[in-house]
Amino acid sequence: MSHSLVTMSYIVATILFIFSLSGLSNQETARRGNYYGMLGMAIAIIATALSASVTSYAILIVALLIGGAIGAKAALKVEMTQMPELVAIMHSLVGMAAVLVGYANFMDASTSLSGVEKNIHEVEIYVGILIGAVTFSGSVIAFGKLSERISGKPMLLPARHWLNLGLLVLAIILGRMFLQQTETGGGTFPLLLMTVIALAFGVHMVMAIGGADMPVVVSMLNSYSGWAAAATGFMLSNDLLIVTGALVGSSGAILSYIMCRAMNRNFISVIAGGFGTSGGEAAVVEGEVTPISADETAQLLLDAKNIMIIPGYGMAVAQAQHTVNEITKLLRDKGKKVGFGIHPVAGRMPGHMNVLLAEAKVPYDIVYEMDEINEEWGHVDVSIVIGANDIVNPSALDDPNSPIAGMPVLECWKGETTVVLKRSMASGYAGVGNPLFVLENTRMLFGDANATMQSVLKALKG
Amino acid sequence: MKIGIPKEIHPGEKRVATTPEAAEQIIKLGFSVLLEKGAGLGADISDEAYKEVGVEIVSNAKTLWKKADIVMKVRAPERHPELALDETDLLSEGGHLISFIWPAQNEELMQKLAAKNTTVLAMDSVPRMSRAQKLDALSSMANIAGYRAVIEAAQHFGRFFTGQITAAGKIPPAKVLVIGAGVAGLAAIGAAKSMGAIVRAFDTRPEVKEQIESMDAEFLMLDFKEEGSGTGGYAKTMSKEFIEAEMALFARQAMEVDIIITTALIPGKPAPKLITEGMVKSMKPGSIIVDLAAEQGGNCALTEKNQVVVKHGVTIIGYTNLPSRLANQSSQLYATNLRHLLTELCPEKNGAINVNMDDEVIRGATVVKEGKITWPPPPPKLSAAPAPQTEAPAYASVQEQKKSVIPDSVKQFIPLIVGGLALFGIGSVAPASFMSHFTVFVLACFIGYQVIWNVTASLHTPLMSVTNAISGIIVIGALVQVSAPGFTISVLAGLAILIASINIAGGFLVTRRMLEMFRK
Repeated sequence: MSHSLVTMSYIVATILFIFSLSGLSNQETARRGNYYGMLGMAIAIIATALSASVTSYAILIVALLIGGAIGAKAALKVEMTQMPELVAIMHSLVGMAAVLVGYANFMDASTSLSGVEKNIHEVEIYVGILIGAVTFSGSVIAFGKLSERISGKPMLLPARHWLNLGLLVLAIILGRMFLQQTETGGGTFPLLLMTVIALAFGVHMVMAIGGADMPVVVSMLNSYSGWAAAATGFMLSNDLLIVTGALVGSSGAILSYIMCRAMNRNFISVIAGGFGTSGGEAAVVEGEVTPISADETAQLLLDAKNIMIIPGYGMAVAQAQHTVNEITKLLRDKGKKVGFGIHPVAGRMPGHMNVLLAEAKVPYDIVYEMDEINEEWGHVDVSIVIGANDIVNPSALDDPNSPIAGMPVLECWKGETTVVLKRSMASGYAGVGNPLFVLENTRMLFGDANATMQSVLKALKG
Repeated sequence: MKIGIPKEIHPGEKRVATTPEAAEQIIKLGFSVLLEKGAGLGADISDEAYKEVGVEIVSNAKTLWKKADIVMKVRAPERHPELALDETDLLSEGGHLISFIWPAQNEELMQKLAAKNTTVLAMDSVPRMSRAQKLDALSSMANIAGYRAVIEAAQHFGRFFTGQITAAGKIPPAKVLVIGAGVAGLAAIGAAKSMGAIVRAFDTRPEVKEQIESMDAEFLMLDFKEEGSGTGGYAKTMSKEFIEAEMALFARQAMEVDIIITTALIPGKPAPKLITEGMVKSMKPGSIIVDLAAEQGGNCALTEKNQVVVKHGVTIIGYTNLPSRLANQSSQLYATNLRHLLTELCPEKNGAINVNMDDEVIRGATVVKEGKITWPPPPPKLSAAPAPQTEAPAYASVQEQKKSVIPDSVKQFIPLIVGGLALFGIGSVAPASFMSHFTVFVLACFIGYQVIWNVTASLHTPLMSVTNAISGIIVIGALVQVSAPGFTISVLAGLAILIASINIAGGFLVTRRMLEMFRK
């Protein structure tokens, strides 16, 4: 295939990728968008494989097949509740690939550049590996935190900001050394050292971020994986990589921004870590909770007209979404208005709850976003909070000392009655007490979310 | 103390101020109850039923009024047709009277009552607040009037209310318009709805929209912003523009509906004229108007008080005694209201009343206290409509502003300046080949920015997994290197291909799986 033909294929692939992302603007076109993406990817790979620069097909085909098989298996096997983990580990793969490609390119002596062009090329390699390594180790840690292999609590080293700054300065110094040594054909040592530092930086960065901030972290790593691809594109002078990387990078950046806004927090402060460590002492929640039984909850639901369900990470953990859907169907058949209120940061990644509800076949037109329903609470007779805590915490609005002060929350306490499903009286991921639980119109339904929802369902049928 | 219940003397009035059930409770409070002979007959309650619970039957009105310390009635005192005496004259000096009074309309009566040094509690002046609901006779009577209005309309209406498809043809449901959704209006909506009619309702107070919709009726929206709520949950007079818009709405509705029930009243003012002669003319022949405001002059221009008239083919019902037409029911509710008032007046259950002017409910109901006119009472502290809630509570900012050496106006340009300098720096040293890539990069960032903002929030997870798959494009980088000379490079590139293809396959497939689940 001629060079022009390859470039033309790349242009087509780029356009298909853009269509793919814009297809996600609504549910109807989303599936088509995904197919555009697949087509674009196929065109890009085939065009590259047929281009003049590729001659040995053995490794290529074997690697593609093995990789594809592993990916397909993982994709078909994964539980929807484990989506955040899958996404995080896949980010780490992109980072890893970027590092490998960077090293391969560094070792490849066949390119002959000189002067400023050579310098820029070396910088590109250096930066590509740096971003790739940070993405890789950061994503691995994020994966560990999400799958609870590593504690979700932020790990705060003393003087961590200085440590980060020190690592950055060190990386710049190593970069200078690397450039000087490559003049004479060396440079491997600073490059390796920098890779280690970048890996350490990625670990340290994500370790310092609390579990409640995971949606931001996951989308931020998504962004990084894009920038890593873009940097690789610069390194290889490949426009397709640059464009695609930039698309993914800006996508992740926007998602991070949306998530930060949903938590009313500064992006920098999330990245710098140490959530909820500043400010005065938050008000201690005092009062008696009013427990309720599953039968009483069912009665409450039967007497209500307008019901709102607020799912949180607890629903994902208990795998309660199917039971919740059955209850929803039953109540809707009885002529009740049932809706779902989704907080942007409910769950562990952007849109997590929507995916779970979709898996349970909850129709998406009764799933509402926070902004759509926060005005409506006055009309709600019963709201059911399933395994959510911080996103329904009134102290975010009225306690300026609360670590989550200023974060927009679902104001379910403005409805007539709120039923909160909870395993115990432990506090949420943010480690914040929740005055909602002791409000007069709140009822607590203790137990595993799925088991309790099952008994509510039984009582409703009964 | 002795409580006397005289027979109502107003023509057509069939209600009675107490029932045997209520009387039993009143006696338990320590009072003794006297009843004029035959007072309950209009409401189908015999003297024997009263006797059974311990009520003393008195043979004539004069004796009753004389013996009783407290007289409880339905209608305000008026001239007794048989004794040729005014009921106020019968009331003993310094006695107590509990009944409807309408102090605003009956100034002369008030003067007479005051002159006799009496204490008078008006059931129509009970303040509208939650605690007083159980003695709110206006509401319980309005409820009955609303129900009865629909029954009266059904009586004169030539068709079914409900729609039916029968072997003999299709019957369309009747369309009912209720104007004014107070207690009476809501009762009328409920009654008409349960008979199967299509019900629409209108009110100037926007907060009742919900109540109307909760009754399953349609709220007619007026495309006009004006708050119609006065104090105490009543309506107020609206502006001229509003009334014009309102009239246009009624004119349109009049042509369409079969039955109009009007209940619009403004406290202390004649009823607003809402249905003009023109609108009556535009109604279909056989249509019905029930005017519950007939007492205060009527909402319809053609209403004749206490009469049923047919004008332009439309039957206009102007009864003012609708509760009395359901005498047994009204008596029961009214008697219960009175009993609750007595319970308030007699907290110690010792058969003596204490008109405690510090109690907001009693203060509101008392219009004459020992010869002194105490009407109107000071305005009630609580309105029926809740005050609009304030937005998120304000609190003092806890974050101390750090003093900055750079003024804010300069600060916002810093990123721009830094960015500009950086771009300038790159531009001054970078070769042409780099710049063309850089152009592509910057433009792609902007495209990404534009595209991603349109992604709906519910698809954020699929967005992440699809971008993940797309970022597997890094495989291209590995592909071009896999054929480069050198074993290590091939291995590295091969590994990169493997890893990236996990990403591609996994990302796209999992996205597909997720998107398949999103169903309407």
